[in-house]
Amino acid sequence: MIYDVLVIGAGGAGLSAALSAKEEGAKVLVAGKSYPTRSQTSMAQGGINAVLSENGDTIFSHIEDTLNSSAGLADKRVVEYVCKEAPKAIKWLDSIGTPFSRENGKIAQRKLGGSYAPRACYAQDYTGLKILHTLYDFSIKEGIEFLDESFLLNLIVEENRVKGATFLDIKTSQVKQILSKSVIVATGGYSKIYKDFSTNSSHATGDGLSAALRAGCRLSDMEFIQFHPTALKKSSVLISEAARGAGGFLINQKGERFVDELLTRDEVSRAIYNEIEKGNEVFLDIRHLGKEFIEKNLPQERKLSIIYEGVDPLKEPIPIKPAAHYTMGGIDVDENLETSVENLYAVGECANAKLHGANRLGGNSLLEIVVLGKFAGKNAAKSAKGSVVEDKFYEKTLMDANFIKGVFSFPNKIDFYEKRDFLSKIFYRNVGVYREEMGLKGVLSVVKQMQRELSFMGIKDKSPLYNTNLIEFIEFGNMIELAETILVSAISRNESRGAHFRVDYPQRDDEKFLAHTVTWKEDGVLCADFEKVKN
Amino acid sequence: MKIEIRRYHPHFEPKSIFMSYEIPEGLTLLEALEHIKSKLDSTLTFSKGCRSGVCGSCAVRVNEKEVLACEYRVKDGDKIEALKASEVVRDLIVDMKKPLETLKKAKSYLLEQNIVSMDEEDEKMTKKQSDCILCSSCYSSCPVFETNPDFLGPFALTRNYRYVVDKRETKKKEKIEAILQNGIWDCTLCGNCTEVCPQGIDPKTDIMMLQSWATKFGYQNPNIANFGSFGLDF
Ligand SMILES: Cc1cc2nc3c(=O)[nH]c(=O)nc-3n(C[C@H](O)[C@H](O)[C@H](O)COP(=O)(O)OP(=O)(O)OC[C@H]3O[C@@H](n4cnc5c(N)ncnc54)[C@H](O)[C@@H]3O)c2cc1C
Ligand code: SF4
Ligand code: SF4
Ligand code: FES
Repeated sequence: MIYDVLVIGAGGAGLSAALSAKEEGAKVLVAGKSYPTRSQTSMAQGGINAVLSENGDTIFSHIEDTLNSSAGLADKRVVEYVCKEAPKAIKWLDSIGTPFSRENGKIAQRKLGGSYAPRACYAQDYTGLKILHTLYDFSIKEGIEFLDESFLLNLIVEENRVKGATFLDIKTSQVKQILSKSVIVATGGYSKIYKDFSTNSSHATGDGLSAALRAGCRLSDMEFIQFHPTALKKSSVLISEAARGAGGFLINQKGERFVDELLTRDEVSRAIYNEIEKGNEVFLDIRHLGKEFIEKNLPQERKLSIIYEGVDPLKEPIPIKPAAHYTMGGIDVDENLETSVENLYAVGECANAKLHGANRLGGNSLLEIVVLGKFAGKNAAKSAKGSVVEDKFYEKTLMDANFIKGVFSFPNKIDFYEKRDFLSKIFYRNVGVYREEMGLKGVLSVVKQMQRELSFMGIKDKSPLYNTNLIEFIEFGNMIELAETILVSAISRNESRGAHFRVDYPQRDDEKFLAHTVTWKEDGVLCADFEKVKN
Repeated sequence: MKIEIRRYHPHFEPKSIFMSYEIPEGLTLLEALEHIKSKLDSTLTFSKGCRSGVCGSCAVRVNEKEVLACEYRVKDGDKIEALKASEVVRDLIVDMKKPLETLKKAKSYLLEQNIVSMDEEDEKMTKKQSDCILCSSCYSSCPVFETNPDFLGPFALTRNYRYVVDKRETKKKEKIEAILQNGIWDCTLCGNCTEVCPQGIDPKTDIMMLQSWATKFGYQNPNIANFGSFGLDF
C-alpha cells in the first residue's frame, strides 16, 4: 500500500492537514504515537487569534502585533498570509461544529498579552480541547484513516526525496514501514526537555524534529523557547494567560505588584524569575475579579489550582513560576511548508514556518496549526500527484528493526531516567529565561557525554508488549539529540532577542544577528550557520 | 504508604496479580505511577499525557471506581486496576479501538457543514457535553457491556446528543436513527456513567433527552412496546 499523503502526528496541525489533503482527493493516513484526542492541542486554554470584524481591531494590527512579538525573525509574507486567512479559519471551525463561546450572537473574543485588541476566539477555557475534538469528529465523518499507537522512528529518504517513514508498533515493538508519496510531519514541540519545568504534555519530546534532522532536514531558530510566566509552582501546570488578560495581578508575598502583567511573555517571565532569584515568592492574584466572573470565565484555572496546588483562587493568590511552554524553533520549511527534502512537509509546533520568529504571540499557534495545517495538507496532496514511490522493503526499515533489537540488549548500566531529570534541571537553570556562555557550554559538554553514554543506558523492561520503558528511552535519545542543536544555536547567538536572553550580551544586535540560526547534520556531525532574514 | 496495582501481562503466568508498592505521601496517582516506573519498577505500564485532566489518557479504576490518575490523590491501601469493558493490553493500558468505534456508529459529528448565528443560550445547550475528554471512564462503569458488548455506550451517546441539540445540525432525525439500535433503549439509566465522569457530564440525562427526541420522531422504546403486546395477548 502506498499512500498519497502520510501525516505523522494527530494534533490540531495533523488533523487539519489530513482533512485538507483528503479534500484534494488524496489517499491519507494519519499515524500518531497516542490517540488523536490525547494530543497536546487539547491543553490550549486561552484562545485562537483572528480579527472577525474590522470594528476596533484590524488585520493590519494583528500583523503588526505578530511582527512586534517576533523581534525581526518572522517572515512578513507568512505573517500576512496567516493573519488574512484567520477569519476564514474560524469560519471553517465554526462550520464543522466548534462550540466557540458566544457574545451578542457572535463568537466571543478576549484580549491576550501582547495583543492590541480582544482578538482571541475561545471556547470557555477549553479552546484547544474543543477545537481538537471537533476536528476529530469531523475526521471521523470524512472517513480519515488512523493508525494509533505507532511511534515515528525515522523518515525514509532516497536521493533527497521522501518515500515514507518507519514506525515502532507500540503494541508489539515491531518496526514497520509506511510508504507515501508525500509526508507531513506534525509531531509537536520539544519543551519536554525541561520535563518538570515545562507546562507541556509528556508527549512533547520533539521526536519529529530529530527524525527530520537525521533525514537531512535543517532545523532553525532552535534556541527560541518561550517561557510562560504563570505555571503552577509545584507541578508546572499552566494557568492560562486569560487570567492576566481578564485583569489578574502578579504579586510577591508582600502583596506588591512588580511588573505590568500585560507585557510580552518573555518580559513578564524574566521579571518573575528575578523576584524568585531575590528570594521572593510570586503569586497570581485573581480574587478581585469576583466569584461570578471566575466561575464563568476561568473555571478551568480555578480547578487546576485547587487540584495541583491545593489553593482556591477565590480565596488565596496562586503560587506560580515561569516554565518552558512553547518552542518557536523547528524543522525549517519554505513558504509552502516544504522542508529541504522533497515532498517532505512540516507544520505546527514541530516546524519553523517563521510565523512566530523569536517569540510567539499568545493565541497564534492554534491559529497556525489550522491555517498552515490546511495549507500543508493541500500542498502535500498536490505534490503527491506527480510522484512515484517504489513498493519495496527499504534499507532504513531493516536498520531500524536492528536498532530496536539492539536496544533490548543494551547493558543498562546507567539509568536514563536519572539523566533525564538531570538534563531538565540544568536546562531550566542555564538554558532558561536567562542564558550565558559559560553555563551553556557546560550544559553542552554534559549533553555530549550523555550522547556517548546512550548505549550504556537502555531499558530494564524486556517485554515486546506495549513497552513504555522502550518508548521513553527512544524519546530521551531524541531529546539529547535536539538538546545539542539548542545549545549550539544559543551559544552562537551572542545577543538578546525575543525569548533568547543572554546575560553576557543583553542587547539586540541587528547588524550581526538579524538572521535565522540554522543547524543540520553532515555525516552525523552537527553543523550550524546563520542565514540573513529575507524581507 | 502502600498501594496495590493489578499487573497484567498475557504471556506471564499467572496473567494477572496485585503487586504492592511503597510510595511517598502527597502524590497524585499519576505522579505515584511515574515514581514507581522511574525508581522502582520500569516494567509498570500505563498511559499519560497532559497530567492536568484534559487529554483523557490516564483513566484507571481505584477501589473499583473510575478516576483520572492525574487528578486523584493517592491514599494508603488504594487498589489500582485498568478500566473495564475494553480489552486490557498490559497492566493499566486498555485498547481504545472498540470504544472509539462507537463514535462513528453513533454519527457523533455534524452531518453537514453549516453556519448559523448563535448566542450564549445556544452555546449553553452543548457546553457541558463538549467538555468530554474521551477518557472512557463512563464506558468502563457501564453495566450494559456485560450483556451487550455492542452497546454504543455513554460517551458516544452524549456526543450524539451534543450535535443533535447543536443549532447548526439540520439533520436531527438521521442522527437519532443512528442510535436506536444498541443505543438509547439499551441503557438501564443506572447513572454510573454520570457518577464517574471527571468532567461532570451527565450522559444518563442526555440519553433520556435522546429518548424523548426519538419519541418525538415517532420511534418507540421496543422494550415497552413488547410489554404492550404481551398485555394485549393476556
Ligand atoms: C498548556 C498549554 C496551553 C496552550 N494554550 C494555547 C492557547 O491558548 N493558544 C494558542 O494558540 N496556543 C496555545 N498553546 C500552544 C498550542 O496548543 C500548541 O502549540 C499546538 O496545539 C501544537 O499543535 P500541533 O498539532 O503542532 O502538536 P500537538 O498537538 O502537540 O500534536 C502532536 C502530535 O504528534 C504526535 N507525535 C509526537 N511524537 C510522535 C512520534 N514519535 N510518532 C508518532 N506521533 C508522534 C502526538 O501524539 C500528537 O498527536 C498551548 C500549549 C500548552 C502546552
Ligand atoms: S463523558 Fe465523561 S467519563 Fe465519559 S469519556 Fe467523556 S469525559 Fe470521560
Ligand atoms: S446510565 Fe445507561 S449508559 Fe450510563 S452507565 Fe448506566 S446503563 Fe450505561
Ligand atoms: S494525563 Fe491527561 S487526563 Fe490525565
